[in-house]
This record gives sequence, structure tokens and C-alpha cells, in this order.
Amino acid sequence: MISKSFKKSLWIFHVNSGSCNGCDIEIVAALTPRYDVERFGIKLVGSPRHADVMALTGPITSDMEDKVKRVYEQMPDPKVVLVVGSCGISGGVFHESYHLAGPVNKVLPDATCVYVPGCPPRPEAIIDGVVKAWKFLESAGGGE
Amino acid sequence: MKYTVPIGPIHPALKEPIAINCTVSGEEITDVDVVASQNHRGIEWIGMNRNNPVQTIYIAERVCGICNFCHPACLIMAVEEIADIDVPERAQYIRVIQSELERIHSHLLWAGVAAHELGFDSLLHYTWMVREKVMDTLEIVNGNRVTKAIMMYGGVRRDIKDEHVPKIREMIKYYQDLFDKVAKLFLEDKTIKMRTRNIGILTKEDALKLQAVGPTVRASGVKKDVRQDTPYFAYPDFDVKAITPDMLTGKVVGDTYDRIVVRLLEVKQSVEIIEQALDEMPPGEIISEQKIPKLLAKIKRAEGEAIGRHEAPRGEDIHYVKLKSGFESLYTWKVRAPTYSNIMAWRPMLMHHQIADIPIVAASIDPCLSCTNRAVVTENNEEKWLTAEDLHNLSVKKTKEMMK
Ligand code: SF4
Repeated sequence: MISKSFKKSLWIFHVNSGSCNGCDIEIVAALTPRYDVERFGIKLVGSPRHADVMALTGPITSDMEDKVKRVYEQMPDPKVVLVVGSCGISGGVFHESYHLAGPVNKVLPDATCVYVPGCPPRPEAIIDGVVKAWKFLESAGGGE
Repeated sequence: MKYTVPIGPIHPALKEPIAINCTVSGEEITDVDVVASQNHRGIEWIGMNRNNPVQTIYIAERVCGICNFCHPACLIMAVEEIADIDVPERAQYIRVIQSELERIHSHLLWAGVAAHELGFDSLLHYTWMVREKVMDTLEIVNGNRVTKAIMMYGGVRRDIKDEHVPKIREMIKYYQDLFDKVAKLFLEDKTIKMRTRNIGILTKEDALKLQAVGPTVRASGVKKDVRQDTPYFAYPDFDVKAITPDMLTGKVVGDTYDRIVVRLLEVKQSVEIIEQALDEMPPGEIISEQKIPKLLAKIKRAEGEAIGRHEAPRGEDIHYVKLKSGFESLYTWKVRAPTYSNIMAWRPMLMHHQIADIPIVAASIDPCLSCTNRAVVTENNEEKWLTAEDLHNLSVKKTKEMMK
């Protein structure tokens, strides 16, 4: 049912903004055979210029703020930020730290975000988030 | 013509953010500089200001999501020593099992990443598929795939119940049956051998001088392992021996290939330790103090300093803790993660190799590279950007050329 309605495959650029790696390994787990999102044409790409979705992990430390912004600006419209993990959504366990620029809505206030809560979320939850992002992109005219 | 290839400086996938500046002449690397600092979440500050010691266990877990057992383990060992908290025997066995489960998942994860860096993606997918078995076991025992939340001062939070045991034994059998196949895939494949044999050598002398730890130092022939040297938890009951590559290949070269050998053998060793632990685990309590407020009060009264050491998958992890009586949080908390000791080894490893070797050699110390790396080549002051993808492509190209 997904394949009928989607016009193109979804490419994701992964940005780690100071995460603990927990979410990152679950993203890789989602790509590898057990969960295998690559069968839907979803894949990680090496450049933000090719990407429809930015998968953001980590609470965005002060040092990463401008890098996250730059990556976001380089991505073509329409685009979605998939915030994987509680620490990108709210600061999570790192809230109140003196070295955070995040959470994401402070750094990218205008971005459309799909939140995947969990510390770390399970691969199933990440896939669910990707599908939500995908639906949004379709409705926003992605792939034309 | 000399170029500088800075990799990083933000290396987002690392616990300690890193910049590697490589000076290259043509394809050959002639100098390597490592700059650490930059990305930092203020974890120690949180532990010393915002949190009480029990909350700090959970922030210690988030120092690294991959080795999320080793950091709480070190912290807890240090605090237990200062506050004189007893740990029941059964809890010590459960801690050993958890620690070895973590090693299996971490080493398999690394093996997949290493295969990916060589451009051998089918092997990446295979290893990660195999790794799901230990992830399932972790989920059965802990209720979560990644972060375990198992450690507590004075014991562990969840027991290994009778119904868990057959599942864990099934996992043991699965890995024992699979070992020969995986070893063959990694160690006998001609291409992997060509790309890793004699690449990224760390001599025993350099390893000792740079105080490398874990599989990195053991691959250079140094028999160093905290579980063997100063056993903790229930490790004194296990005859853990530091693993060096000559146990399988008969010689020590100290190259990337040897680091693969050591990690594969350690997976086997971990499986054996878990098996023995299941056989010998005594019955009884799993925690000495059930009531958290009472525990906190005890820690609050305690005074002194201690060091917790644990053999994490990447090497020796050290936490220094100081408690002051009447102080709500930890008075001082200092974390020294294993990668911090190992990154200096990049310099001797990378010297005189090719740019295409950077990914696999950098990954060979297992610094949690998953990288959105950028690299820049300066050529007559004109900057040319090399992305992680370019680097990866260079590496894949080299593999293909060698296969011709
Ligand atoms: S949400 Fe949790 S697991 Fe994910 S990166 Fe943040 S701290 Fe780590």
C-alpha cells in the first residue's frame, strides 16, 4: 500500500549532533537485514544536497549548532527533519547542560519535524517516523 | 607537493570529538595530528551539579550508547568502594553476563563497520544480521535493546530468571556454531587480508608508549586486560586470559588484521564466559539495599575517593569519583573512556599509508566511527573538499583494484 502511493524513494542524510550513539546504532539496525528499510528504497546518502530527510540524533551541542543549520540549508525543498531520540526533542537526559544549543526547535525553528521519542527508540519506531516524513513529503509535492 | 587533509574537526559519531589532520604527499600520509576537544555535552558537570548519584547512573549510560554498561559499571564500582556498599554474589555474576553480552554486540557491530569501510557491504549486512541475536537476548533480559538500565549501587536491578536461561543458552549455541563461518569470512577472504595485513601497524613498543588499551593494545601483543590483571565483579572466578593474535595465527604483527583477529576471538571468549556464568551462578539476592532513599542517604554520608576500572569492549575504562559528606551530588567525577587512550595510536598507524587506508585504519581502533565526516585537501592554498563519501569511495576503489 505504501509503494502504490509514493512517487520516489526517500533519501536520508544522517546528522549526529552530539548523540551518545545509541540512536545512531538503531538507525543502522533499521537499515540492515532484520528491519531492512532499503527494500523500500530508503537509503542513507553521503551529501545533504541529495537528501529529502535529515535524520538528526543528539541534543545539538553548541559546537554543532552552525553545522546542523548549514546541513539543513543545503538540503533541497521540500524537506523534513526526522528527530530520532528524546535528546534532540527536548534535551532528554542532557537538559540543563551548559553546552546545549538544542533542542531542535530552538536551532531550526522553521523546519518541519517528525519526532521519534525514545532513548533510544526502537527501529520499528524509527521506520514509523520515516513513513510519516514520507507522507508529508508526498503531500508537499516531493519528487516532482 | 604536500597537502593537509583534516578529517573532522567535528567527528559527530565520536564520544570524544576528534580532528585528524593528515599531511599527505601524493597518496602517502607523512604526518598525522589529532586534536581532541569541541563537542561535549557537559555530562560530568551534570553528574556533579544537577543529579543525585542514582540519577547519575542513567546519565553515565548515555556517555556512550554502545558501551552503555561499562560507564555505569565504573561509576558504581567507585562509589561502592567509597561508601562501603556490599554486592551480593549473584549480582556480581549478572554483571559479568551483562558485560560480556555488551562485548559481543559491540565487537560484532565493529566488525560490520570495518567491512563497510573496506567496501564489503554484504558482509556488513551479514554481521549486523548475526548481531540481532544478541540484541534479542539483551531485550529478553533487560526489556530494552540498547540502553540497559541494569546497574544499581549494591547490585543489579533485574534478575536473570529461569525462563531467560534457555534463551541465553540458545544464543550461546548460535554463536558457537557460527564462529567458524564468521572467522572464515573475515580472516580467509583474500581481499580483506590484502587490505588489512601490514596496514596500520602499531608496534608493541609504540602501543606501550602511547598507553593504548583494549583490543588495540592486545593486537600488538601486550597481554593487558583489566579482567585478568585486577579482576572485579565475579571475574576472579573466571580464568580470563588476555587475548593476543598469536593464539590463532601464531604471530603478532600489530596490524589491522590482528585487530580483527583479537575481536573475533574475544567474541568467542565472551560466549564461553557467559556459559560458565550461567552454570555457576549462585542463587540469592540481587541487590543489597532495596530502598533508594536509604541508599542515597548512605552515599551522602560517605566521604573519600576511588577509581572504578572496567574492561569495556574498546579497552580499559576509568572513572574517578570523590564523595564529600553532606554533598547531594558526586563531589568530583572524571571519566576517561578507552577511545581517549587509543586515538593517539592513529599517528603511528597511519604514517606512510595511503589516503584510501584512512577509513579502515581509523576504524580499526573502534572509535565508534559512523561518520558524517568532512575532509579538506589544501592544494596551493586552494581548498578541495573531500567528503566521507569520497574517502569511502577511495577505499572501495582500492579494494577493487587489488582484486584485479
Ligand atoms: S536519545 Fe538517548 S539514546 Fe538517543 S542519542 Fe540521546 S541520549 Fe543517546
